[in-house]
Amino acid sequence: MSIVVKGLSFSYDQRIVLNHIDFSAEKSQFLSILGPNGVGKSTLFRCILGLLSGYNGEILLDDENIRKLSAREMAKRIAYIPQIYYPSFNYSVFDMVLMGTTQQISVMASPGKKQIQRAEQALQRLGIEHLRDRGFTKISGGERQLTVIARALAQDAHILILDEPTASLDFGNQIKVLTQIKSLAEEGYTIIQSTHNPDQTFQFSDRVLILKEGNVLAYGRPSEIISRQIIQELYDVEIDVLSLYQDAVRVCIPRCVIQNQSGEIR
Amino acid sequence: MDQERKTLYFTSVNLILIAALLAAIIISFMLGRYPVSPKELLGILFSKIIPIDPFWENKMETVVFNIRLPRIVMACLVGCCLSAAGAAYQGVFQNPMAAPDILGALSGAAFGAALAILFNASSKLITISAFLFSLLTVFLVYFISFRVEGKKAIGLILTGIMVSSLFSSGTSFIKLVADPNDQLPSITYWLMGSLSGTTKKDVLFVIIPMSMGLIPLYLLRWRINILTLGDDEARTMGINVQLLRLAVILCSTLITAASVSVSGMIGWVGLVIPHFSRKIVGNNYKHLMPASMTLGAIFLLVVDNFSRNLLPTEIPLGILTAFIGAPFFIYLLTRKGDSF
Repeated sequence: MSIVVKGLSFSYDQRIVLNHIDFSAEKSQFLSILGPNGVGKSTLFRCILGLLSGYNGEILLDDENIRKLSAREMAKRIAYIPQIYYPSFNYSVFDMVLMGTTQQISVMASPGKKQIQRAEQALQRLGIEHLRDRGFTKISGGERQLTVIARALAQDAHILILDEPTASLDFGNQIKVLTQIKSLAEEGYTIIQSTHNPDQTFQFSDRVLILKEGNVLAYGRPSEIISRQIIQELYDVEIDVLSLYQDAVRVCIPRCVIQNQSGEIR
Repeated sequence: MDQERKTLYFTSVNLILIAALLAAIIISFMLGRYPVSPKELLGILFSKIIPIDPFWENKMETVVFNIRLPRIVMACLVGCCLSAAGAAYQGVFQNPMAAPDILGALSGAAFGAALAILFNASSKLITISAFLFSLLTVFLVYFISFRVEGKKAIGLILTGIMVSSLFSSGTSFIKLVADPNDQLPSITYWLMGSLSGTTKKDVLFVIIPMSMGLIPLYLLRWRINILTLGDDEARTMGINVQLLRLAVILCSTLITAASVSVSGMIGWVGLVIPHFSRKIVGNNYKHLMPASMTLGAIFLLVVDNFSRNLLPTEIPLGILTAFIGAPFFIYLLTRKGDSF
């Protein structure tokens, strides 16, 4: 249930997208990857998931090099939760979750009793069993995200890769989805998510990896990493990091909202 | 409990469809210019198993076994194949508008048939030529699409359209140079699609490629679901996407080519029937594939009965399927309430 990335580099034609990326995530860790658009987060995910193979460096899942693993062996270890989307065909929520079990059955078979049970457990675990017969395209964005997470649980992999799981969700759903993801980490799943919100890293994750122009700018605990300087360097905006509740949590406040026109703090 | 009720629903849908197919087959035996009464039909059919003194004319037995039986079997097979291929292509290309001719199988077959007719080939050779050109077209599309940049599925569809139109213009050119007295009419008639004159030999010719395609498609049906989610997701869910897609395309192409080589151009079945099935059993291929197969068989058999019996001369099947298919599709599109 661990993932180790060593010296990962990737380039499209001449352009270097990832340059010697090193990091690891253990059982029960919740790692957030932060970085502006186009920084190579998606490429990094595609390499880790085995969707891109033309990279240099090593990616190890449970100490095994993923280059040696088949699609099915990969699916037993790592699951992908893509950004919310509309599939071409409207499947019921239950069928969508059941699809996650496909790696457990033989090529010519359909899911049996055991797989159906797994899918039901996954729905219950995320508290969405009431949605089971609803159409996937007819439910809300947050519910769709939970359905795809349930599918990953039914897949029975213990490393979950989430591509901006809270993008385009309303505030309430962002918190609901992140709370579920965090509790999965506490249960022992290894979580890697990409995000655009530094506050999320303080509130939910225990590790953060900051990428800039294909390089690792920083990697470690959010409270040690996220600072005024690094956000300035990353996004070119001025913020203050505030500590709340005896440093139980921190938040980023944009300076412009607390400054008057001459640049002084109000 | 919910799961049980669902299972009951799908089982009863399957049973009803199979019963409807059997009923359609029995009725088709009796209909025709030479009517056969139910009693006579039962007698003729059972006389093959248990000895019965014939109380019917000998001619009637010939009609039932040598004319109607091959045609009924063929109508069922072609309907089943076109509909299954349509459903499979829709999944592989994540495109609800996909039909069996999406990779050029129909225009390839048309070109092959027209070419054979131009050289005054026998009807057997026309079938073989149509079959081979149909396969050739799809393979051409498949291999050209490897060189297309970007998304694989889109590349295949676009290449399909291009190669298809290339073969269509080839067919037009053959029509231009064909003898307008006998070749041109028979090309035109072939293109309209018909099952008239189907023989036992025709059935035996197509049944091998058809089973080689239909059986794997039926067995792989659950995995087609995963393909509809797109390449990346399917791969991360443990599917060998390239291999599975190739297998599904290969099977669908085989059954489409076999169908059109004996029936000519029959449109709409492969688009309308899968969508009709989607309305009944939903999008899950576990249920969609068998439903499409049986409904396709029922549909084409019924339409073929109209083709045989509606007018004193036969109406080409392709015209009828379009007449029924197009309005029916509009009805499906505008129908409210998508329950799945």
